[in-house]
Amino acid sequence: MKSVTNENIMILKARDFVKEQVVPSIEEFERNAFIPKEFFIKMAKHGFLGLSIPKKYGGLELDYLTLGAIHEEFGKGYCSVQNILTVYAMVCKPLNRFGTEDQKQKWLPAIAKGETIVSIAITEPKAGSDIKQIETEAVLDGDDYVINGKKRYITLGQIADLFLVFGKCNGRGIAFLVERETPGFEIHPINGLLGLRANMLAELHLKNCRIPKENLIGRVGHGLSHVATFALDEGRYTTACGCVGLGQACLEEAFKYAEDRIQFNSPIREHQLVQKMLTEMIVNVKAARLLCHDAGMLRDAADPSSIAATLMAKYYASKMSVMVSNYAVQIHGASGCVAGAAVERFYRDSKIMEIIEGASQLYEIHIAKNFRI
Amino acid sequence: MDTMLIKSKIKEYLMRSVRNYEIKDDDNIFELGIVHSLFTIQLIMFIEKNFGIELEDEELDIEKIKTVNDMVELIKNNIEKKEKGALKL
Repeated sequence: MKSVTNENIMILKARDFVKEQVVPSIEEFERNAFIPKEFFIKMAKHGFLGLSIPKKYGGLELDYLTLGAIHEEFGKGYCSVQNILTVYAMVCKPLNRFGTEDQKQKWLPAIAKGETIVSIAITEPKAGSDIKQIETEAVLDGDDYVINGKKRYITLGQIADLFLVFGKCNGRGIAFLVERETPGFEIHPINGLLGLRANMLAELHLKNCRIPKENLIGRVGHGLSHVATFALDEGRYTTACGCVGLGQACLEEAFKYAEDRIQFNSPIREHQLVQKMLTEMIVNVKAARLLCHDAGMLRDAADPSSIAATLMAKYYASKMSVMVSNYAVQIHGASGCVAGAAVERFYRDSKIMEIIEGASQLYEIHIAKNFRI
Repeated sequence: MDTMLIKSKIKEYLMRSVRNYEIKDDDNIFELGIVHSLFTIQLIMFIEKNFGIELEDEELDIEKIKTVNDMVELIKNNIEKKEKGALKL
């Protein structure tokens, strides 16, 4: 039997937090399409905003297997909150890897405490999966960079205090931190989302924003090839683990309903065509979990093949969540198609999970192209 | 660690990633188009993990790791730097 470690305790804490603090708030968060700042402070108090931050900057510095298990717990409860943790991982990991000591000391403790809400801005009106097409332009002027451009579909854009923004400087990739109050920085909320409704998306306009050189993350030329790649790799792993949680939630709801619902004088769980769906759900959730586990172990070992393993995990887990949530709604019949039904939300959220951090088709290109026997 | 050992470790790793292509010591692996866009980070991870070093920001440039010979030089310099640091302690 595995001994009880601090990491195991953190997973149990996540389970309790989701049950006691997240689930009772879902209805309110979904209705308002908003998660208040106080909730971020609450998450921070329990350590959840510092999962990827080193201990010396006030974080928990968790290993990847534990991080994955925590994302599974949050994904099982509510993907809008799980995806917030993904954003935090996508900002904090690159900031810690490529940031200067001054940047780390200035920002990481404040992020872990929930004082500074963060966001990552990659996508643009003309650049989604093909990030090399981004048009946000940075021009060096004295000790500042002057930034112009537009960012779209930016998670937490409505409330974040600090944005990790990607652009180009003389055609070379660049990553920099932009503070919310920067003159020329405009935030336009995006409403009416299909899923992950409480993720407070926004379009960002940067109009002659002056950013001090000290806000550059990594070197000019490394913004896309290093910093963005590193961030997206982090996002793929945590999203994959969130999808496993979502799949598990679908499975549990479907089983409960299939036990209780009597049709043709027996619980529908005893009907063979329902059993077929349940079997596919059970096996696919488990397969996705094992792929995430494989990726997590390789990541903990800093094995270069972890990048390919992470691509596979996200590809499989996100497609699994779409399939499994579809079955969960099908098993529920009409009662799964009503606003407020958990499986109705799972169905909507799963589609977003398949699209964020790269759509499945992009993974099909990467995985097939780079696989070696 | 001697140059030959470093070189053979690098080549072994590269061959895993670019099967069926015989990489020469001065081949620019990025210009050859035999590696994908995620490879830079993968290569950095390989170097740091396998040789127990931590690369500085300025060493993460593609120019510093574009050929096998470049990688050997970078790794040797870092190992030397690390050993000197350890001696001071």
